[in-house]
Amino acid sequence: MKLHEYQSKQIFSHYGIPIPSGRVAANAADAKQIAEELGGHVVIKSQVLVGGRGKAGGIRLAKSPQEAEDLATQILGIKIKGLPVRKVLVDEAASIETEIYLGITNDRAERKPVMMASSAGGVEIEQVAKETPDKIVKVHIDPLLGLRDYQARDIAAGIDLPREHWQTFSQIGRGLWRAYLRSDATLAEINPLVITSQNRLLAVDGKMVLDDNALFRHPDLAEMRDVDVEPKAETEARKYNLSFIKLDGYIGCMVNGAGLAMATMDIIKLHGGKPANFLDIGGGASSEKVAAALRIILSDSNVKAVLFNIFGGITRGDEVARGILAALQEVKTDVPMVTRLVGTNAEEGRQILSEANMITAETLVDAAKKAIRAAQGGEQV
Amino acid sequence: MSILVDKNTRLLVQGITGNEGLFHTQHMLAYGTNVVAGVTPGKGGGWVLEGKVPVFDSVRIAHEATGVNTSVIFVPSRFAADAIYEAADTGIQLIVCITEGIPVQDMMRVRNYLDQKGIRLVGPNCPGVLTPGEAKVGIIPGDISIPGNIGVVSRSGTLTYEVLYALKLVGLGTSTCVGIGGDPINGTSFIDVLGMFEADPYTDKIILIGEIGGTDEEKAAEYIADHLTKPVAAFIAGQTAPPGKRMGHAGAIVESGSGTAADKIKALQDVGVQVASHPEEIAELLA
Repeated sequence: MKLHEYQSKQIFSHYGIPIPSGRVAANAADAKQIAEELGGHVVIKSQVLVGGRGKAGGIRLAKSPQEAEDLATQILGIKIKGLPVRKVLVDEAASIETEIYLGITNDRAERKPVMMASSAGGVEIEQVAKETPDKIVKVHIDPLLGLRDYQARDIAAGIDLPREHWQTFSQIGRGLWRAYLRSDATLAEINPLVITSQNRLLAVDGKMVLDDNALFRHPDLAEMRDVDVEPKAETEARKYNLSFIKLDGYIGCMVNGAGLAMATMDIIKLHGGKPANFLDIGGGASSEKVAAALRIILSDSNVKAVLFNIFGGITRGDEVARGILAALQEVKTDVPMVTRLVGTNAEEGRQILSEANMITAETLVDAAKKAIRAAQGGEQV
Repeated sequence: MSILVDKNTRLLVQGITGNEGLFHTQHMLAYGTNVVAGVTPGKGGGWVLEGKVPVFDSVRIAHEATGVNTSVIFVPSRFAADAIYEAADTGIQLIVCITEGIPVQDMMRVRNYLDQKGIRLVGPNCPGVLTPGEAKVGIIPGDISIPGNIGVVSRSGTLTYEVLYALKLVGLGTSTCVGIGGDPINGTSFIDVLGMFEADPYTDKIILIGEIGGTDEEKAAEYIADHLTKPVAAFIAGQTAPPGKRMGHAGAIVESGSGTAADKIKALQDVGVQVASHPEEIAELLA
């Protein structure tokens, strides 16, 4: 789960990292009010969960409360990479001398968190990694020990930070580590961390991504989720504990197991079709879950056929078949359906479905081909 | 014959009285797996499945009473890391964790802890390990595979079942099937299992089933080139997965252009691994 800049910086501030004074506003009048409180010289920053806000005109400097209001009106009306701007952060403008990057993320290959810093702050770290990799300093953190003070000092020295800032930089590093640790983050980054003309370190931009699997122990953070940014169907799917991702094709897929669901999408593509979604109904899928999944798939008007691919293991074929029947009674549709049931209780499942109006398939290849033909209006039951 | 689990496995089930734990214990017993004990804190002293398996309050007590040497974990994700530590601290050398949804920072701590102790974890978020005809530790359906000489290692669950079943349909059997799990941080990697299969005299051919996310398949390709003499066939799921989205498995995500199916397929093909275009084709490649 991604957090907005203002949410990330609030968390950073809680762990002792200095951030600019500022507040978030949902309308231009509030933005003006905040600008007045901050003395007029502010930066108006769109709060959307994508990069490239500056280039899209989503970050603007204002020299007066009136200008802040005007700019907030503009920014609140635009879309950035398709996402509407619903909130702006109004921050006191900082006079920036130097920009630094400081972040922590999980290094899958090393199975440890890694702290990264670069003297080339203000640009995306992936870009720095590609163009000037020698400007990035990396330190792996032992997850059983946490960040050591000497590691923070090593990083400060590694990016040629003037010695007078080492102590404050180390404090910020420790604060970032605690923010990452205690929020169960998978990414916590300050970009840029600036040295101001008053010679202070300040986190002017921040980003956090949290581990969805750990949200159970952070109910306060879970509430920060911005559901505006994801397709409605994905929000609905989460309610039923379904793993669903919308794609732009026309063949709806309902599969048990994530790997098999991906393989099913791939095989549709391999035979010239386009999958409309990724959907894993999970193990032991109940009929209510199957019905909810079918509703979600059919809520996409691009869907011209649905392919059910169920390999019974924990999930029993007869139970899924009953779920499909129940769902079809509830969701009236003319969209053709292709089913493939294999494994535990598949025979019983096939018998249950024989009374429904469905195309059946034996193999995965056969199922994909039939679904594609059905979507084109060719395949009949 | 096999790697990891066999007739000598003395299995402990952690979380045995839960729905999943009980259901799968029944199936593991029916398969002939030597399930000798279960643990559910607070339910020690009882028995489950008509007196077939005794339940203990802790792994330590179960170990002392029955001499278990392998543990399979079905406890819910919020308690799973603790269950792994408990098994490790008791000195159980092989831990198979089925549980899905363990926080990734928990897994980083677990993995670093186990590495220091030299204890092997398979999973989490995996279907377990099946040695056909000998032992089923986990949830892989027993009847979809027959004994044979093909070693199977996979990050997936049902996709693996597809492959085992396709092999069985053409009369091919499996030495051992190892599900290493779909999480970004897990206990056992492709390389670990490839090394075991290379050393196992009962495995002649190997199937690797990967998916998008991370670089484990690329590392496996390097390892295959340097260390393996046995032929390997592979399938990689997720060629149509959009970047930046987690495809069901916590670890199945293309991040900053890295971890794509295309990269993995190329890395494997470059070292002479035959990569199937769909899962059913794997059986044809090895036939």
